[in-house]
Amino acid sequence: MDKVTNLILTGVGGQGILTASEIISEAAAQAGHDVKKSEIHGMSQRGGSVNSHIRFGEKIYSPLVIKGECDLLLAFEKLEALRMADFVKEDGNIIVNRQQINPSTVINGTAKYPENIEDKLTSKYKSVIFIDALNIAKESGNIRTANTAMLGAASKLLNIPADIWIDVIRMRVPERAIEANMKSFQMGLDIIK
Amino acid sequence: MKKLLSGNEAVARGAYESGVIVASAYPGTPSTEILETVAAEYPEIYAEWSPNEKVAFEVGVGASFAGARVLVTMKHVGVNVAADPLFTMSYTGVKGGFVLLCAGDPGMHSSQNEQDNRNYAKFAKIPMLEPSDSQEAKEFVKMGFSISEQYDTPIIVRITTRIAHSKSLVEMEDRVESEIPLEFVKEPRKFVMIPAHGRLRHVVVEDRLKKLKEFSEEIPIQKMEIKNPKIGIITSGISYQYCQEVLPEASVLKLGMTNPIPKDMIRDFAGKVEKLFVVEELDPFLEDQILQMGISVQGVGKLTGELSPDYLAEFFQNKVEDMKIIHPTPSEKMNLPARPPAMCAGCPHRSVFYTLKRKKLTVTGDIGCYTLGVLPPLETMDTCVCMGASVGSALGIEKATGRSDNVVAVIGDSTFVHSGITGLVDMVYNKSRGTVIILDNDTTAMTGRQEHPGTGVTLMGEETKRTDFIKLAKALGVENTEVVNPYDLEALDKAIDKAVNSDELSVIVTNQPCLLLRREKRTQIAEVDLASCIGCQLCLRLGCPAISVISSDNKKVKIDSMLCSGCMVCADVCKSKAIISISV
Repeated sequence: MDKVTNLILTGVGGQGILTASEIISEAAAQAGHDVKKSEIHGMSQRGGSVNSHIRFGEKIYSPLVIKGECDLLLAFEKLEALRMADFVKEDGNIIVNRQQINPSTVINGTAKYPENIEDKLTSKYKSVIFIDALNIAKESGNIRTANTAMLGAASKLLNIPADIWIDVIRMRVPERAIEANMKSFQMGLDIIK
Repeated sequence: MKKLLSGNEAVARGAYESGVIVASAYPGTPSTEILETVAAEYPEIYAEWSPNEKVAFEVGVGASFAGARVLVTMKHVGVNVAADPLFTMSYTGVKGGFVLLCAGDPGMHSSQNEQDNRNYAKFAKIPMLEPSDSQEAKEFVKMGFSISEQYDTPIIVRITTRIAHSKSLVEMEDRVESEIPLEFVKEPRKFVMIPAHGRLRHVVVEDRLKKLKEFSEEIPIQKMEIKNPKIGIITSGISYQYCQEVLPEASVLKLGMTNPIPKDMIRDFAGKVEKLFVVEELDPFLEDQILQMGISVQGVGKLTGELSPDYLAEFFQNKVEDMKIIHPTPSEKMNLPARPPAMCAGCPHRSVFYTLKRKKLTVTGDIGCYTLGVLPPLETMDTCVCMGASVGSALGIEKATGRSDNVVAVIGDSTFVHSGITGLVDMVYNKSRGTVIILDNDTTAMTGRQEHPGTGVTLMGEETKRTDFIKLAKALGVENTEVVNPYDLEALDKAIDKAVNSDELSVIVTNQPCLLLRREKRTQIAEVDLASCIGCQLCLRLGCPAISVISSDNKKVKIDSMLCSGCMVCADVCKSKAIISISV
C-alpha cells in the first residue's frame, strides 16, 4: 500500500467521466487508501474536454497527477487519449475506448481529426488496450453503461478488491440500471487478460 | 468516521457542525455545490439562493446581527458585487459568527477573470484562512466561526478550484448549536454606520487588526516544519500540497491564516533556512509583505494561470542539491484540434444567435452558457464584461453612437435578476430606444441548473412566487414587450426586426427551458433525407454538435440521433427541406 497510484480519466463532457471517477475514488477509499481526486466543473462540461485526476495510496498530497507519473490513463475518446498521453509514465497503462467524437473545431472544418491515433499510441507506449465500450454497453442492454465497461477494464489494473467495486457501483447507479451496469463491468473486466 | 468529500461538501459540513442557522449564496463556479449540499443534506440550516452576491451578503449581515451563525458563499468575482456590505461589515462586526467563503478560479476554468481575492481580506482589514484540502476546509470553517465571534469580525475562508472541486477524506463530527440567543438587540453605535458611529468603529477595526496580528502568531494552523534547512518554503492553500509532492524534504512554513500574516514566525523561519522561497498562486500577496519586512525571499508562482506541481518541478529543478525532487517531463507539442465547450444540441439559445448573426447586429453579451455564442460558427457576441453588463453597455453604445437600431443586449434569466434589472431601469429612465433580449431558459444553466427568482422554486425545493419578466418590464415603463418561442425562427426574426427598428425601448423574452431540463422527454428527432440533401452545409452554421459532415469526400450532412433533441431548428434553416422529423 506504500506505492501511490496515479490515474487520469479523460474524455468529452457527457460521457459519464465524473461518475466513473466518483466510483473509482470511493472504491479506493473503501479499500483503505488515502485518496484525492480533482476535476473541473462548469463551463468545461458543455461538450468540452473533461479530465479527472485520481491519486491513491498511503498518503496523498497533491490532487493533481504530475506529467510522466500517470500509472493508468483511462480515455473515453481517442483524441482525448492522445491529448493526455504525455502524462503516462513509460511503463504505464492506457485503456482507450475506440470512440471518435468530433470536436466543434472539426465539425466546422477549422481543424482535422488526427488519423491513426491507435498507431500513434501503440508505437510509443508498451501497454495500450483498446476497447469498444459503446458496443459492450449496447450488449448489456443500456447504452449509458459505457463508462462502467471502462471501469471494469480499469479494475483489473488497480489494487482494489472486486467486491468493493461491485458495492460502490450498486450504490452509485440508479436501481433500474444496476443489472446492465454489472454486465458492462464484467465484460470490460474480461477484456483485460 | 471518515468520508470522501469535495472541498465544497466539506465547507457545507463545517457550517453544519458549527451550528450555522442561515446560509445564502448566488451560484458561481467553483462555489456552487456548497449551498446545494447544505440544502440537500442539512435541514437544520435555512439555505437560500439570493438574487445576487450583494443580497446574499446582506441577508447574512441581518442574520448575524440577529445572533445566528451565518455562511455566505460566492465565487471570487461575486465578492466584487458584495464588496459594499463587506467593507462596512468590517466596521460593524458581527453578533453571530459570519464566514464569507469565496472560491477563486486561477486559470479561469469558468470565469471572466482570475483576480486574487486574498487582497480583499487585507483591503477590508479582516482575517482570512486558506485550507489546503477538504479536511482543512471543514476545520477552517469551524475555526472561522470562533474567530469571527471572538474578534467581532466577518472572516474570509478562501478556497480555489483545486480545493473546491477536489475530493479527499474528512473526519465527520457532530453538530454543536451556538449559544448566542437569536434576537435582534438594538445597538445603533455598532449597527448603524452613520459617520459619527463609523469613525468610532474604524478605531475598533484598527485595534482588532493589531490583536489579530498577535493571534496569527499563536494559532496552531500556522505550521513550521524544519526538515532539510537548505531550502525553506512559505506557502498556503493548494500550493502547499504541490510543494509537498515536488520537494518532500524541503523545510516548510505552511500558513493556514494568511491575513494578517505571522511576521515573527516568518522571521524565525527565515533565520532557520539557507534559501527562502514563497510559493503562491496568482498575486505576490505573501511575497510583497515578506519583502516589506526586509527579508530576502524569492517568489515562485505564476502571475497568470494556474499553478501546478509540474510548474514547480521545473522551477526547482536546478536549484536544489542533495534533496529529493520530482523530475518534470517535457510536454509534447502535438498540435491537436482543440475541443472547446459548445452550446448543447437543441439549446434554445442557438437560434437567437443564429438570427442576430444574420442581421449583422452588435450584440452586448453577458455571463452564462450563452456566452458561448462568441465561438465559431455563431461568433455573435461582441462584449462580455461582468454579470448584467450587457444592458448598461448597450445603452452606452446607443448614447455614444446615437443609434439603437444596430445593437441588442442579450442576457440570461438568472443574470437579468442578478444585475440586469437596474440596467433596464436606466434604459427606461434615460429614454433608450434599444432592445434587450432575455434568454429565459428557466434555470441558472451554466453553474449546473440552479433555481432563481424567475423559476418559482426555492433552493430548498419549495414553490414560491415567480418573477414575471414581462410584467416587471412593463411596470418599469417598457412599452414594447414580447414573448417568443426561440425554436420558431420566423417569429424570432420578426420580433427582433420589430424591436430594433422601433422608436421605443423593447424587451423580448425567449421562453424555452434549458435543454438539460427536458432532454429525457424528446418526442421527435431530426434526420437527414440524403436524397434531398444537396451538401450546402447551411445547417452547419448553427454550430449544433449533433450535425456534422458525412466525410471529407461527402459534403452531405448527418445528424447524431443520440445527441439530437428534436428542436427542429435545423429543419427550418434547410432550404432543400432535407431535414425531416422522426417520432421517437
